[in-house]
Amino acid sequence: MNGGGMPSDGTERGAGGPAEVASYEPVIGLEIHVQLRTRTKMFCSCPLSFGEPPNTHTCPVCLGLPGSLPVANAEAIHYGLMIGLAVGSELAPRSIFHRKNYFYPDLPKGYQISQYDEPLCSGGRLGEVRIHRVHLEEDAAKLTHVGSSGRIHGSDASVVDFNRGGTPLAEIVTEPDVRSAEQASEWLRLLRTTLRQLGVSDVNMEEGSLRCDANISIRPVGTTQLGTKTELKNMNSFRFIERGIRAEVARQEALLRAGETVTQETLHFDPRTEAITSLRSKEEAHDYRYFPEPDLPPVRITNEMLHRARTAMPELPAARETRFASVLGLNVESARLLSWRAELGDYFEAALDAGASMHPPAGAQPLANWISELTARHDGDDPADSKVTPQALATLVGLVGSKKLTQGGAKQVLDRLVAEGGDPAAIVDAESLGAVGGADELAPVVRAALEANPDVAAKLRDGDMKPIGVIVGYVMKETRGRADGGEVTAIVRAELGL
Amino acid sequence: MLDRSEVLHVARLARLRLDDEEVDRMAGELSSILGHIAAIAALDLDDVPPTSHVVEVESALRADEPGPCLDRDVALAQAPAVQDGGFLVPSPQAG
Amino acid sequence: MDVQEIIGLTAAQAIAAIERGDLDAVELFSAYRRRAEEDELGAFTWVAEHLPADMHADGPLRGVPLAVKDLFCTAGIPSQSGSKILEGYLPPYTATSVARLEHAGATIVGKTNQDEFAMGSSNENSAFGPVLNPWDRTRVPGGSSGGSAAAVAAGLAPWALGTDTGGSIRQPAALCGIVGLKPTYGTVSRYGMIAFASSLDQAGPLTRDVTDAALLYRHMVGTDPNDATAVGHPEEIRLPTAERLDGLRLGVPTELTSGEGLEPGVLAAFEATLETARGLGATIEECSLHSAPHALSAYYVIAPAEASSNLARFDGVRYGLRREADDLVSMYTGTRHDGFGAEVKRRILIGTYALSSGYYDAYYGRAQRVRTLIAREFASVFERCDLVVTPTSPGVAFELGAKTADPLAMYLNDSFTVPMSLAGIPAISIPCGLSEDLPVGFQLAGPAFSENRILDAAHALERAIGFDGSPARTRTGATS
Repeated sequence: MNGGGMPSDGTERGAGGPAEVASYEPVIGLEIHVQLRTRTKMFCSCPLSFGEPPNTHTCPVCLGLPGSLPVANAEAIHYGLMIGLAVGSELAPRSIFHRKNYFYPDLPKGYQISQYDEPLCSGGRLGEVRIHRVHLEEDAAKLTHVGSSGRIHGSDASVVDFNRGGTPLAEIVTEPDVRSAEQASEWLRLLRTTLRQLGVSDVNMEEGSLRCDANISIRPVGTTQLGTKTELKNMNSFRFIERGIRAEVARQEALLRAGETVTQETLHFDPRTEAITSLRSKEEAHDYRYFPEPDLPPVRITNEMLHRARTAMPELPAARETRFASVLGLNVESARLLSWRAELGDYFEAALDAGASMHPPAGAQPLANWISELTARHDGDDPADSKVTPQALATLVGLVGSKKLTQGGAKQVLDRLVAEGGDPAAIVDAESLGAVGGADELAPVVRAALEANPDVAAKLRDGDMKPIGVIVGYVMKETRGRADGGEVTAIVRAELGL
Repeated sequence: MLDRSEVLHVARLARLRLDDEEVDRMAGELSSILGHIAAIAALDLDDVPPTSHVVEVESALRADEPGPCLDRDVALAQAPAVQDGGFLVPSPQAG
Repeated sequence: MDVQEIIGLTAAQAIAAIERGDLDAVELFSAYRRRAEEDELGAFTWVAEHLPADMHADGPLRGVPLAVKDLFCTAGIPSQSGSKILEGYLPPYTATSVARLEHAGATIVGKTNQDEFAMGSSNENSAFGPVLNPWDRTRVPGGSSGGSAAAVAAGLAPWALGTDTGGSIRQPAALCGIVGLKPTYGTVSRYGMIAFASSLDQAGPLTRDVTDAALLYRHMVGTDPNDATAVGHPEEIRLPTAERLDGLRLGVPTELTSGEGLEPGVLAAFEATLETARGLGATIEECSLHSAPHALSAYYVIAPAEASSNLARFDGVRYGLRREADDLVSMYTGTRHDGFGAEVKRRILIGTYALSSGYYDAYYGRAQRVRTLIAREFASVFERCDLVVTPTSPGVAFELGAKTADPLAMYLNDSFTVPMSLAGIPAISIPCGLSEDLPVGFQLAGPAFSENRILDAAHALERAIGFDGSPARTRTGATS
C-alpha cells in the first residue's frame, strides 16, 4: 500500500523557518513488505517460485484470467496473526480485503488485493518503535526491461513473469518513531530477527523477501509539528537503507536551509551514485478507488486460529535478551546484540551447548566477547557461515579460561581458525602457541629483560613502577605473546625483591 | 452534472480513450444517469451499515496445499505478444 | 422419433425417453446441434461441430444438450462474453458450474449470445450482433442472457445456462415466454463466469418449464474450493410436485406494482395470475418494500463500480485484443477504446466515478447502505409472507432499437428484478400469459435458500396457467 488515501503519519506542510534553525531532527516511519514463507500463493494454490523459468508457476487466478476468483491462504493469515502477536498488535476478529485499483503490467487483474481500513492487526510495538498496522496483500509480478523489441515497433519493451505474482506479503507499517538512519537499520535488524524467529519469512533483503520503504521528514529539534514527508522506495539492503535515509535527510535539510520547501513525492535512491531521483511524475495522480473485495468474504479470526498462532510463537528477541542477561549473566550490550541478531544468538547458544567445560554464567560473557572477535574477523553477517565451528570457538574460550592460552595467543589462534578452520588445541600444539607460565619458564626471560634495560631496572628498584611496560613488552616479544602480563609483573617484582 | 473535463478525468483513471464525440455523448448520458441515481442522496442512511457481502461465509479459507500450474505454453497461448517466455509489453518507463 | 417430436420434449421428458430406450442421446444431440447450426435468431456465438468425445451419457442428465451463455469459460471453446475485446478467446479451464453439469451428463451444444459482459436488457449490446425474439423477430429477446432465452424458446436447445446480475435471467425468460431461475447468491459457484458485478452475479437455468429448472439447478449447486463465496445449498433441490398453493401467503409489494411504466397488458396478466393463485388456495396480501424505488439507483452504482474493477484486467497484456502502441498507456487506452462497446464504456465510467476520490461516500457508500435497507425490508416482509410476487418486467418485448438511444429508459426494464439481486435472494420468472401476442413473466421471490418453496409454487401455478410456448418453436421451425 503506497499511502494513497491511507491513514498514515502526518504530512502537514511547513516545518519551521529556514535561517535560525540550529539543527534538524529526522522523523522516519518505515513500511516493510515481507514475503511470507507459505507453500502456496496468497490467493491460489500455485507453489511459490524460487528462480524457476518465467511463467511456470501460474494458474488462471494469478494470471488474472477472466472468470478466475481468489481464495485466501489460511497459512498466510496464520503467519499474519503470529506477526501481530509478536509485536503486540490488536488482532481484528473480523478484517476485510479491499481492491486497490491501478493499471500496471505487473498487476494482472488491474487491482491488487490488499487491506485498507479493516486490517488484520492494528497497533503494537517492537523495540522503541510503535507499530501502526500489519496487513496482508499479494505481491506483484516481475517486470524485466528488455530494451528495444522488434515486436513493438522497435520501441522500448518489458517482459512480464507472473511467477512471483500473488506471493503472500505482510505489510508492516510503523509510526514515525525512528529518528536516525542508524536507528532505522538497527531496528530493521530487530524486525528481521523477529520475523526469522517466527519462521514466517526468509527475510532475505537481497532476494527481495524483505523490502523497506521509508517515509522521511525533518523538523527543527525541539518542535513537534511534522514536516512534509517523502517516500524512499524499495531499499534492498541494510547498508542502502542507512545511506539512503542519510542522503535524503541531508537533501531535505539543504532545501530548508536554502529557504526552499520539501515536495511530497516518491523517491528512488541509487546506491551506486548516491543520487536521489523522483519515481513518479506528479501529474499522474493516483486514485486507487479502494472498495471491499466482493470475491472474498470477511476474514473471521476464530478461537482455534488464535490458539494455533499463540502455540506456534517461539522465543522472541525481547524474551531472549532477558534470558541472556538474567540467566546467563551477560552484560546489557552483549545480551542485546546476541538477541537482536538471531544468527549471533544462535551461534552463541550452539557454542554454549558444545562447550562442556564452560559453566555459565562464568563462561558465557567471555564467549559473547569472543563472538564479537569472530564477527570482526569474519566477512559476513552470520558466524555460522565462517570456518570456525561453535565447537571450535567453545574450545578456544575454554583454553583461555583455563589459562592454557593467553588473550593474545587466542587471537592468533582465532586468525588461523578464520582462515583455515580446524581444532584450536591442535593449532596451539602445532604452532607452540600455548601459554608460557610459571617462574621456571618466565624468570630467565625476565632476568634477561632487566639486564637488557638497566636504567629501567634502576627506576623499578627505586619504586617507580611506570616503566614496567618496557619489561613486560620485552617478555611478550620473547614469548610471542604467550605469557600472561599479570604473571610477568609478579615475577619482575619477585626478581627485584619488591 | 458531469462536464467534459470530468469525463476525461474518469476515462483517464479507467485507461479508456474516448473519441471527441464520445466525450460529449458520455457527458450527457452519464449526467442523466447520475441525476437519477442522485435520489439516494436524500435518504437518511446514517444508522444503516453498508452491505458488501450478502452471504456471510464462516470459513472460506484455503489450506496451504500446492495445486497444479498451467504449462507455460498454455499460459502464454492467448497473449498478443510473447518474448523470452514472458508477456511482452511496451515499457512503462518509455514515452 | 422425428425432429418435431424430439424438440417437443422438455429436458426431463427427453431424459425419461432415453431411459426408456425410446430416444438415443446421440440422436437427441444431433437434432439440436443441427437446429443450433441453422439458428437464424443470432442466438449462438459458437455451435459444436460434432459430438464431444467425453459425453457423460451415463450421468443423470443422460447426455441431454445444453446451451451455455458465452461468459462461462469453457476450455478450448470460445468464451467471449459478447465482447470484441475477447473475440476468439479460448480459456484453459472450464467454469465450475459447467463442469458440474457436464459431469452430471449435460453436453454442450453451443455458446449463446449475450449483451457484452452481461450489461444490457435487450441483447443489443453484443459485439456479435443482436438476438431476435422468436415470438416476433422485430423485437428483442431481453438480456443479458438473450441468446440463452431465445435458444430455449425457439427449441434450438432444450435448456440453457444463463447468469443474472440485476435480472439477466428472469427478464429475457419473461420476454421469451420461458422459465428463468435466479438462485440465492452463493449457491452456485461463480468460478469461471467472466465477472460483471461480483457481489450480484449468479448463474441459473433458463428452461422450458419449472421441472427442468429444478433439475438443472440441482446439478449446479454446491460449494467450490475455487470460490470463497460459494456456500452451496442447505437442502437437496427436489423436483417440484405441488399442484396446490393452500396456505401459501403471497405478498404483492405496492411500490413495485402500482408504479408508472407498467404496461396495462402486463398488469392484466399479472392480476389474472394472482386470481389463479387464489384459486389454488393462496392468500394474496399487499406488502411494502419502501426502499424498492431506490433499488435501481443503488444497483446502477454498485454494479458499474464492481464492473469498472472487474474489467480492468482487459488490458491487452495476457489475452484478448491489443491495440499496439509505442508506449504503455496508449496501448492500454487504445485497446480498451477499440475493445469495449458503448454500454460497457458507459458503465466503466459511472463505476470509476462512483469509486473515485471524493465521490465514494456519496455514491458507492450510500448505495451499499441502500442495499442493507432493501435486504432488511425483504426480511421483514418474509415474516408475514412466504413469497413476494411481481411482474418480471414492466413491459413485453420491445422493438429492436426502441431504447438504444436512451440508456436510462433501458435501465428501467430492471426495476422489478433488481431489488432481489441486491438482497441476494432467489427469484423465478414463469410465463403467465400474453399481452399483444407476446409473453408476460410472473416473478416469485423468496427468502435466501427457499428455492424448493419457490419451485413448488411456480410448478403449481405453471400447471394451472397452462401457458403454451410452442408458437415460438414452430415459428422458428417453419423457417428452417
